[in-house]
Amino acid sequence: MCGIVGLLIKQPHLRASLGELLVPMLVGMGDRGPDSAGLAIFSDALPETERKYSLYSGGTTYGWGDLAKNLQIQFGFVPDLEVQGNHAVLTAALAPDQFKPWLQQHYPQLHLLSVGRSIDLYKDTGRPEEVADRYQFLNLQGSHTVGHTRMATESAVTPAHAHPFTAGEDFCLVHNGSLSNPNQIRRQLEPRGIHFETDNDTEAACRFLEWRMREGDTLETAIQQGFEALDGFYTFLIGTADKLALVRDAFACKPAIVAETADYVAIASEFRSLAHLPDVKQARIYEPAPEEIYLWTV
Amino acid sequence: MDSVTFDLAQIPLRQVNTFLHQHPEQKTGKVTLLNPDGAHSIAVGLNAAIEVEILGHAGYYAAGMNQQGTVTIHGNAGPGVAENMMSGRVHVKGFASVSAGASAHGGLLTIDGDAGLRCGISLKGGDIVVGGAVGSFSGFMAQAGRMVICGDAGDALGDSLYEAVIYVRGQIKSLGADAQIEPMREADYQGLRELLDRAGFSYSPAEFKRIASARQLYHWNADADQEY
Repeated sequence: MCGIVGLLIKQPHLRASLGELLVPMLVGMGDRGPDSAGLAIFSDALPETERKYSLYSGGTTYGWGDLAKNLQIQFGFVPDLEVQGNHAVLTAALAPDQFKPWLQQHYPQLHLLSVGRSIDLYKDTGRPEEVADRYQFLNLQGSHTVGHTRMATESAVTPAHAHPFTAGEDFCLVHNGSLSNPNQIRRQLEPRGIHFETDNDTEAACRFLEWRMREGDTLETAIQQGFEALDGFYTFLIGTADKLALVRDAFACKPAIVAETADYVAIASEFRSLAHLPDVKQARIYEPAPEEIYLWTV
Repeated sequence: MDSVTFDLAQIPLRQVNTFLHQHPEQKTGKVTLLNPDGAHSIAVGLNAAIEVEILGHAGYYAAGMNQQGTVTIHGNAGPGVAENMMSGRVHVKGFASVSAGASAHGGLLTIDGDAGLRCGISLKGGDIVVGGAVGSFSGFMAQAGRMVICGDAGDALGDSLYEAVIYVRGQIKSLGADAQIEPMREADYQGLRELLDRAGFSYSPAEFKRIASARQLYHWNADADQEY
């Protein structure tokens, strides 16, 4: 069991309250997933040359000042570093193929959680309410978000195994269910130079779909390919810079429910996590059908 | 007992369910539950001729194992609504998620909207009337009782049916193993009319098809190709 939540704000004036709307959704799924929690949040894209890097340091605190100083020495500018305990979002006019090898060489203990012009990402072990407090999710602002509460069934409980998983840029995926052929997917992708960071089944789905999109598929056709390639039970919620996508496997084994109003689209594993949303009693509420693609654009 | 209202935003559900279980013989009034907000196991295990109105959406297993009670959900129901019902009535005014009425032995489950997958799975004697469509694998291994589907049915309807009978008004995407469409008999028209009336639907029984077991799976077929 795991819990999935997603929220896409249709009215720009509500983007400031994204975190406030989302936190009760995430906490509401705590009983479905008490091990770990995380979320990816998407906001207005940075200029073409800039990137946001979400970083995770492991321990409880970290001397981020040292990283800033060394970045300045190496690349000649003072990076914008927004620190939240053991997480930090680094914003800079620095291309991933420059930054990633440098980070790996000089700071192998730091984990790069996400890269992109729109995405910020936080994930850690602990109950969702603790994780939300730790990183002050209440203050987050943006256009859409994808969140997850985890109850581990097939790999270890570590921050790296928490969801969302990312691949490429501005792409993330959360999963409720279990895949039966993640190793087959890995064997298919690794010879193509696609590197895996964990043994988690969800990471295979995430990297498969992102690989399809890099090969030229739209999000929709990538998901269609996913229906063929990914075996097992799943409800997937996928976030990109301007889209949310929701799909369930052919047996619809894992739950999902959608509430849609003029102001927002909200998705959760169970209605419990939608009950507090404004005007939810007037919302159009439905269950997504098996193997059908539900796609919303910001 | 007079009518009583509980606000589930104020009172723990466990306390309300305990109240519903105590001294059932004294309970004749109506119990109204506000703000269910998708909570699990609302009004499970009733064993009294008690009336419960749930004003909103219910989560997993609402009105499960019901005996004698009448439970109305003025909203949607989560997975397993009226699961293993023995008698009484459960009425979902919205849609019902997967496994609605699973293994019910008796009573009547009415769903005004659509039902998800596996509706009436392993039905053991109850009646289920769905106003809308049902998802795939509905009626799987249903042993006794009746299912009425006023809309369409998904894949593998009635797979491995035993003696339960399914009536479908709309399109059937596919029948499961051993399920077959049979001619309607006079007893079917009569029973269906009575069931539709009780569930509050005005469709004519003439619009429905009867699906029942061909009974080919009941016995080992020694002549079949056994090369596996």
